[in-house]
Amino acid sequence: MTAFFQSLGMNYEWAWFVATVAGILLIALPLMLAVAMIIYVDRKVWAAIALRRGPNVVGPFGLLQSFADGLKVFLQETIIPSAANKGLFLIAPIVTFTVALLAWAVIPFGPEAVLADINIGLLYVLAISSLGVYGVVVSGWASNSKYPFFSAMRAAAQMISYEVSIGFLLVCVILWAGTSNMNGIIEAQRGHGLGIVNGFFFNPLLFPIWVMFLISALAETARAPFDLTEAESELVAGYQTEYSSMSFALFWLGEYANVLLMCALNAILFFGGWLPPLNVDLIPWFDIPGWIWLFAKIFMFFFIFSWVKATVPRFRYDQLMRLGWKVFLPLSLLFIVLVSGWLMLTRYGVAA
Amino acid sequence: MIQTLAFYLFAFLVLASGVFTILARNPVHSVLWLILAFFNAAGLMILVGAEFIAALLVIVYVGAVAVLFLFVVMMLDIDFAELRAGFVKNFPLGIAIALVLLAELILGIGAYRAGALELGVPDGSAAPLMDRSNLENLGTVLYGKYLFLFEAAGIILLVAMVGAIALTHRGRPEGARGHQDIGKQVRRRPGEATEMKKPEIGKGVEL
Repeated sequence: MTAFFQSLGMNYEWAWFVATVAGILLIALPLMLAVAMIIYVDRKVWAAIALRRGPNVVGPFGLLQSFADGLKVFLQETIIPSAANKGLFLIAPIVTFTVALLAWAVIPFGPEAVLADINIGLLYVLAISSLGVYGVVVSGWASNSKYPFFSAMRAAAQMISYEVSIGFLLVCVILWAGTSNMNGIIEAQRGHGLGIVNGFFFNPLLFPIWVMFLISALAETARAPFDLTEAESELVAGYQTEYSSMSFALFWLGEYANVLLMCALNAILFFGGWLPPLNVDLIPWFDIPGWIWLFAKIFMFFFIFSWVKATVPRFRYDQLMRLGWKVFLPLSLLFIVLVSGWLMLTRYGVAA
Repeated sequence: MIQTLAFYLFAFLVLASGVFTILARNPVHSVLWLILAFFNAAGLMILVGAEFIAALLVIVYVGAVAVLFLFVVMMLDIDFAELRAGFVKNFPLGIAIALVLLAELILGIGAYRAGALELGVPDGSAAPLMDRSNLENLGTVLYGKYLFLFEAAGIILLVAMVGAIALTHRGRPEGARGHQDIGKQVRRRPGEATEMKKPEIGKGVEL
């Protein structure tokens, strides 16, 4: 895009600046729209599973419900508790929201359509998602209230625990793809299953890793059944208890942007990202632009997320910790050994 | 131009947040300033082309170590008056440490002025290959040339971890409060957990 702006007569620095800002807006604005619509989808799916109608009043089929809610919180008063640590109280939702947007910089929407095509793409995602805990912890502490604080403690422990196993699971994928560049990982999945299926999920060694990654993604984004941080029967609304108006909405947007990111990661790492599901030219299959495939896959995973939320009861906290440290961590370590052993045997030679 | 701007931004923020780490009265604010310093140091790493080190800095220090700092500091019940009470008593020690650091800084600057170190000529195999990403270069060096040192470091960390767990772990005896047998909990079925009673009217239930 820089070249295009340079052709308009800008010098390199300005063209680079304008191109980068345009790229960021091109990702962030549709993402916000997607978050608004995905909240609607989420509510519709729960409603369908609970045999209710869900939002159906605002706009056709209730499609504008999220925008009505957004407008409502925008017009509300921002309440800052008198005992709160004012600066940190206001920074915390901004941190959550910003961090949730940051990781989208390396997500490829097509072979060329990626804002930052960097070598360490997957590590960058890991680094950014490890920052997400700060918004929650700081908000819990700055609220100066008991329930948010408990929630912050829970969130910190939960996110750190599951990041460890997610890190090891991602190492398996990086090993198999031979690169941590996102587009490289997607290309490595082309025709991975017998030359027909695009996606690592078809691989018997990587399929269990995908299952663990999906569950860890639920835990990392604090979605049900791991939503201990906002368990309403125990902690009111968790770390969001003292928040109102836009600061509350920023948490909400950040949370759903994170959920979408985890769905996108599932799609990119195990289901071939912007590649079509099959590597066979049945219909004009490869003419469909890549971002449509990616969006379809993200949507499928989001449906799984809401399905899980509507059906599975909440975990107990000690069970959550046990699952992370005593089940997923040893299993993911075992799979690193298995995957690297298999690759040594087949790809690099035993003596290497 | 862009690099220069970015460098001054990151460098200024590292220094400023370092200063505020010391000056902040509230320990939680101190930790948060420290985290900002780490984060901007990662930015400086990216500017010199060490993007893998930058990612590690954020993942390890910002994402894990600093969270634990914050976790502990938040839960501590800190009495600020008591913290400041020891000022006079600890003043000589503080001055001594500051003088040592000052001496080190002066020595360092002096050594830097004296000219480059003669560390010998690197042989061809050690030179980084510029056409590969620094992820691959680092991997080749760590798992090739320095394999044994790297593994030794790993074993030391493993021993430390096992030691820490062995020292702090207290197993609960069977039947004690808090003892759990997860397998037993998972195996439990509704039939053994509940019992149907049909009490007659006016009579209680024998439990």
